Amino acid sequence: MPAAIEVSDVSKVFRLYKEKPGSLKARLLSGRTRAEDFWALKDVTFEVPQGKSLALIGHNGSGKTTLLKCIAGILRPTAGVIRQRGRIAALLELGAGFHPELTGRENVYLNAAFLGLHRKDTDKVFADIVDFAELGDFMDTQVKFYSSGMLVRLGFAVAVHVDPDILLIDEVLAVGDEAFQARCLERVAQFQEDGRTIVLVTHALDTVRQICDEAVMLDHGQVHKKGLPDEVVRELRLKILHKDLDYATEEGSKEIEILGAELIRGSGSTEGAVHPGESLTIQVDLKANTPIEDPVVSFALHDGTNRYVFGGDTVSEKIDLGRVDGKKRVMFHLRAMPLVQGRYWVTLGVHGRDVSRVYHVQDQRYSFEVQQSGDRRDQVFITMDAAVEDL
Amino acid sequence: MFVTRRSVPIATALNITERTSEPPKLRVFRRVRELYGYREILLNLVRKELKVKYTASVLGAVWSLLNPVVFLIVFTFVVIVTNNNQPHFPVFLLSGLLAWNMFSISMAQGARAVLDNANLVKKVYFPRELLPLAAIGVSLVDFVLQSGVLLLFMLVTRYHVSLDGLILYPLAVLTMVVFTVAVTFWVAALNVRYRDVQHLVNLGLVVWFWFTPIVYSASVVQNYFVFGSPENGAATHAAHAILWKAYLLNPLTSVIMGFQRALYGVQHVTDDRGVHTVLPDVSIAWLAMLLGGMLLASVILLRFTWGTFFRRAGDFAEEL
Repeated sequence: MPAAIEVSDVSKVFRLYKEKPGSLKARLLSGRTRAEDFWALKDVTFEVPQGKSLALIGHNGSGKTTLLKCIAGILRPTAGVIRQRGRIAALLELGAGFHPELTGRENVYLNAAFLGLHRKDTDKVFADIVDFAELGDFMDTQVKFYSSGMLVRLGFAVAVHVDPDILLIDEVLAVGDEAFQARCLERVAQFQEDGRTIVLVTHALDTVRQICDEAVMLDHGQVHKKGLPDEVVRELRLKILHKDLDYATEEGSKEIEILGAELIRGSGSTEGAVHPGESLTIQVDLKANTPIEDPVVSFALHDGTNRYVFGGDTVSEKIDLGRVDGKKRVMFHLRAMPLVQGRYWVTLGVHGRDVSRVYHVQDQRYSFEVQQSGDRRDQVFITMDAAVEDL
Repeated sequence: MFVTRRSVPIATALNITERTSEPPKLRVFRRVRELYGYREILLNLVRKELKVKYTASVLGAVWSLLNPVVFLIVFTFVVIVTNNNQPHFPVFLLSGLLAWNMFSISMAQGARAVLDNANLVKKVYFPRELLPLAAIGVSLVDFVLQSGVLLLFMLVTRYHVSLDGLILYPLAVLTMVVFTVAVTFWVAALNVRYRDVQHLVNLGLVVWFWFTPIVYSASVVQNYFVFGSPENGAATHAAHAILWKAYLLNPLTSVIMGFQRALYGVQHVTDDRGVHTVLPDVSIAWLAMLLGGMLLASVILLRFTWGTFFRRAGDFAEEL
């Protein structure tokens, strides 16, 4: 089947002016303007097969939205070609195209027109739209009196009732309450079932795994990785959390802090893959800046899609650290890693027995890779020991 | 929640759209067809503008009728105090003024159309031509409303219209619309980058208004340049003849002369200068030729300004 969207060697350069030369005078006076070129996209190439859903992911400023706007035809690429087959509806911002002075009803028609729906067709789905948005009593109220939640619901309701071949969505699924989100996702599934093509920009990596067939990760305007959502999402986590330590969030009052940690494999090495039968030791080095009574050290494991796998702490292992003054090393020995293949992320924390007292948490700073060999029959219960020793 | 997906190819033959770095070439007929496909947006934009314009006001659309009425009062006053002998002045003034209003408001609003809808332009894809066209559509609606009132006025006062002049009316309307679209596309495209344009437009319109025979008749100019001052030499006479032709080069002059001739007629008056006409005493065929020429020129102009607009439209979202 031919591709619904082909993006080949697309680059986009923005001229960044120190001051926008918005007038004739400014342009004449300054002569050569001091503009800097910013490459928002560089040689981006990928395609979306018809009927497939593709996610564009990447950290802020990686060019996702710019690319989506190029595909939608709002921006013109500086170089390269974009081909699309069929009609596109783009949802770049919920309620874009709503006019505050018009009523909900009038805005539905206006918005539907922007998304390519004719008046007669809008008439047909109007009741559904109102139902979906749950705004039955407010359709004849001017939109300026709507709450932001109502606006968002109406915007999405219109968008999902239009009839495009290709749907572009920018970060708008993460709106409304949980029930509304569920209905949005249901609607997206319906779209996919109809054989329509979807391109999605999102930070919700779980959504990517859940609904997309493919993912493209952008980094500084270039395609960093493309492929199956699982792999690309994992790559994003790896990249963000490892090479760019700024992204690993930390919190806590740091009266006692985590100096560092090592993940020691059964072989004694701190690098390389871990096999499911192999043991793993999480070794945490602490330093108390003031003497602390009875702190608790804990860890948590998340998989590549940010799902919690398991965790433990010194309390559950009946270890009492007592009064900590100076440096301390805590080790969790996991005798086996009965985990499926993939990368896992370790969060470490030091806190009081009363959990509200947080000394230091390093969120998913450390990671290791589990590699399964052969069959997948490793069904091992986790047992572990913990020990403390003075440094 | 998710059902197994089946792959259903979308049945319709899908159009392939290609976007490149090159600004696309304007193919007028294809573009017109494309725009026709988007007519729903145009209608909705016009409806929106009208709605927003009149929604929160008590008088609503009556405001659109008040403008010519106020003009009428002011200029009737001027005519009376200057002792200008012009029969049926309201019909004379309104037949030209309504067209001028349509043109000038289109141009002033059209210049700002892209800027005023920046939110849309940056977030939604649609042919950008629709924004200036919507501005023109709004003033066309006003034009129709006001023309209705003028017609009513003429019926009530039993104003006699000569039927042969009426043939000029559709030609004048067509020329007015084409010329307005041409000029509005141009200022709308330029104003995105150079915000000065909207101020220039407002200033330019004031000058343009007085160089167009709206509150005075073109025969005044003709008398001065062509028939007047016989004591001047031949050279001055030739120069004046050129100036009169230059005056006629203003497309709005012929448009408004067309409207006046169609609705008002030439109107003979007798005074101390003898019998003469209020409007220039030219034949309907001559006026039709003039209008036809202007229509042709407007079409050519439109081709160019549309091209400019079309080329620049791809960058609007960036420049706002």
